[in-house]
Amino acid sequence: MVKPTQVTNVIRALRFAHDEMTQAELADRVGVTRQTIIAIEQGRYSPSLEMAFRIARVFRVGLDDVFQYPDTEGDPS
Amino acid sequence: MAFEEKRAWVMIVVTVGAYAIYVATVLSRAGDAPLADVAYAGALLWTIGGAIVTAIVAHIAMAIAGGHGADRTDERDREINHVSERIGQSVVVIGALAVLIMAIAELHHFWIANAVYLAFVLSAVLSSFAKIMAYRQGGFQTW
Repeated sequence: MVKPTQVTNVIRALRFAHDEMTQAELADRVGVTRQTIIAIEQGRYSPSLEMAFRIARVFRVGLDDVFQYPDTEGDPS
Repeated sequence: MAFEEKRAWVMIVVTVGAYAIYVATVLSRAGDAPLADVAYAGALLWTIGGAIVTAIVAHIAMAIAGGHGADRTDERDREINHVSERIGQSVVVIGALAVLIMAIAELHHFWIANAVYLAFVLSAVLSSFAKIMAYRQGGFQTW
């Protein structure tokens, strides 16, 4: 029913690297619910591009430093 | 549990509860007489109205009990809501087709009204169930 996402992320590690930021604090700063942050962290939900940028901006890093996508996916060869 | 998931649970409980009260009322009034002869309209309208008011009151109570920002929603909530509503609406379409056939067949208005009510109930339950499942699994990916 729900398509699994192949997008992985290091949000949890980034939170701990930023003064052990809580999920609630990150959710407040991104403007989403804590449940959405939990779902993203656990790889159960991949955010929109805009939300992904907002998350990366909180940590002051690039999108690639937060989210990763497997190289083989979508390879036309 | 997400606020919207709690609302979905409330919707299921309220909808099924109201429908159960309605069915029990109609059956108790019927006795040995044919169901189509039962005065059902009042019970139907009161249970639908009661369910709407109860759901609104429960929503407000949950928002107040949850504290500041408890009822915040985001794009994931909106995606889940859109997809779940679409799933629920499929039952309304099926119900509408059934009612169309019933009207063409000139069935008693009791059965037509009850088919519409049942379609609404099943739609609300299916939609809420889809919402709960989506929250449990993370959300619908609309891409």
